[in-house]
Amino acid sequence: MANNYFKEYPNKDGFFNEYGGAFIPPVLEEEMRKITDAYYAISKSHNFISELRSIRKHYQGRPTPVYYCNRLSEKYGGRIYLKREDLNHTGAHKLNHCMGEALLAKHLGKKKLIAETGAGQHGVALATAAAYFGLECEIHMGEVDIIKEHPNVVRMKILGANVVPVTHGLKTLKEAVDSAFEAYMKDPINSIYCIGSVVGPHPFPMMVRDFQRIIGIEAKDQFFEMTGELPDKVVACVGGGSNAMGIFSAFLDDEECELFGVEPGGRSLNYGEHAATMTLGKPGIIHGFKCYLLQDEKGEPGAVYSVASGLDYPGVGPEHSMLKDLKKVNYTVVNDQETIDAFYELSRLEGIIPALESAHAVAYAIKLAQENPKTSILVNLSGRGDKDIDFVMEKYGLPEDGN
Amino acid sequence: MNKLKELFLSKKNILSIYYTAGYPNLGDTVPVLDALQSGGADLVEIGMPFSDPLADGQTIQLSSHKALENGMSIKLLFEQLADMRKTIDLPVVLMGYFNPVFHFGVEKFLAKCKEVGVDGVIIPDLPFDEYCTSYKPMFEAYKISNIFLITPQTSDERIRLIDKNSTGFIYMVSSASVTGAKANVSDQQVDYFKRVERLNLKNPRLIGFGIGNHDTFIKACDNAHGAIIGSAFVNLLTQEGASKEKIGTFLKDVRA
Repeated sequence: MANNYFKEYPNKDGFFNEYGGAFIPPVLEEEMRKITDAYYAISKSHNFISELRSIRKHYQGRPTPVYYCNRLSEKYGGRIYLKREDLNHTGAHKLNHCMGEALLAKHLGKKKLIAETGAGQHGVALATAAAYFGLECEIHMGEVDIIKEHPNVVRMKILGANVVPVTHGLKTLKEAVDSAFEAYMKDPINSIYCIGSVVGPHPFPMMVRDFQRIIGIEAKDQFFEMTGELPDKVVACVGGGSNAMGIFSAFLDDEECELFGVEPGGRSLNYGEHAATMTLGKPGIIHGFKCYLLQDEKGEPGAVYSVASGLDYPGVGPEHSMLKDLKKVNYTVVNDQETIDAFYELSRLEGIIPALESAHAVAYAIKLAQENPKTSILVNLSGRGDKDIDFVMEKYGLPEDGN
Repeated sequence: MNKLKELFLSKKNILSIYYTAGYPNLGDTVPVLDALQSGGADLVEIGMPFSDPLADGQTIQLSSHKALENGMSIKLLFEQLADMRKTIDLPVVLMGYFNPVFHFGVEKFLAKCKEVGVDGVIIPDLPFDEYCTSYKPMFEAYKISNIFLITPQTSDERIRLIDKNSTGFIYMVSSASVTGAKANVSDQQVDYFKRVERLNLKNPRLIGFGIGNHDTFIKACDNAHGAIIGSAFVNLLTQEGASKEKIGTFLKDVRA
């Protein structure tokens, strides 16, 4: 791609070719412009960068290691490596952009961080960042998710966040986004909206990508240092797509690296039983940006499902949408059962319990290894699976129980 | 002549009413329209329901959700409105979010608007720049007015640009918030209304968001060509259904 890819994409209006932009009511336009201007002005300053670097090292525990999976590779072939984002503070990659967004908020003199959360991962990461910077934090969460994701609700409360239950509509992520936007619009002067992935109106897809690029920057160096070459294949799961953008961004210019984005295939590829946005969606607009979108015949965002609640979103990051069209990344699908199998394989062969989101990427890496026994595969292990253990035990049980 | 243009040339203190298509019942779209005409509304905005209405408060969110559950869609709306020009003389504007229109096909949508006699369109989440680059010639070809929203934060320069590139009227959002009836109009809002008035725009201006009773309507009329009532009217439909009598009383009370 172009040498100055990161300067050219997105363009000044937030477009990644035809995707992205800011499809928002005028009441939000001015605020988004202010955040964009502030981001450009502040995020490149030496002070900002130094502070963020220090936070990453001393608070988040970065760099996270790249780890060679000896027993997994032995069993399935290939050479499988993991970028251990599960070892990032709070147990997932989300904190990378939350610390960045919160640091920006601090520089802007904002007092409160507002966001939505689905499974609660983004909410926990943002509540953590708010605690670190001494900011207020308001997390909007559907009533249904509040019940389902009880431990994360408790974590957010312990961290001092105000969890606002969303009681209208289906009471899940989509309504939580609407509710959080509404709360933000009531007080855009003192608060800032912190979106949870590389989605939403410009500048969020760019900002979140930039803050997540650290994953790829570290991983590329580490992998080269370990092996003297670049990985043949890089694999990451894609819901909104923040962890995938984080790792892919370092390899876009490397023709010898094949990139794979793994979407949730759910129970089946019938409507409503998956969230394979790029595999089965078509271009549309959701939550202020244009992207591949699963939608019904009326143009309403489609019903989605995945065993991993962090992946069930009917849209996807605009940059992924562009990379699909440019054929820079192969987007593919892994279903629930393959995910559960990979969840146990990694747990038992390597002693690493992956998040169900990340287990999608592991499952695809296993497939690739079986098909290409000589290949090297770098997987972004975006989060750890502690949050999923009760759900997996209840719904699937242990493998020896006949899973 | 375009019905919107005609209206603003011939009348002052325009009362525009917004309601959600297919609400409270799927078949209520046309009966409500009839009742608005006979009750004395000047202009009607029919909302095309969408599940993620970023500019709307609770009232319109809920009505949209119900209308979608009832089975409302753009396709069905055009079927319902197919014969409206046999009885309806009021200017009619469709208001809704971009994705359903984009999915339906923008050109096909405009052709349908023209066919059934819709005069204008309001799409709050279609950015003005995107409209100018990609869709303006289409709107012009089908002679459908595209109406834009401005807010207290919109700069004079941008308001002038919007005025130059749009027809029908300018939708002045009264405050930096979402739709929903408020009790009064603040001095700060009046300052903003005056600022826009001094720009001497070519398009007439209607004030919306937060207008819901006689007092707020009169205050808006003092500062623009009229006002738009949405949530307060949708609340009436929620409580009373599509009652011609109640709709008539509501309009009379607002004008009083």
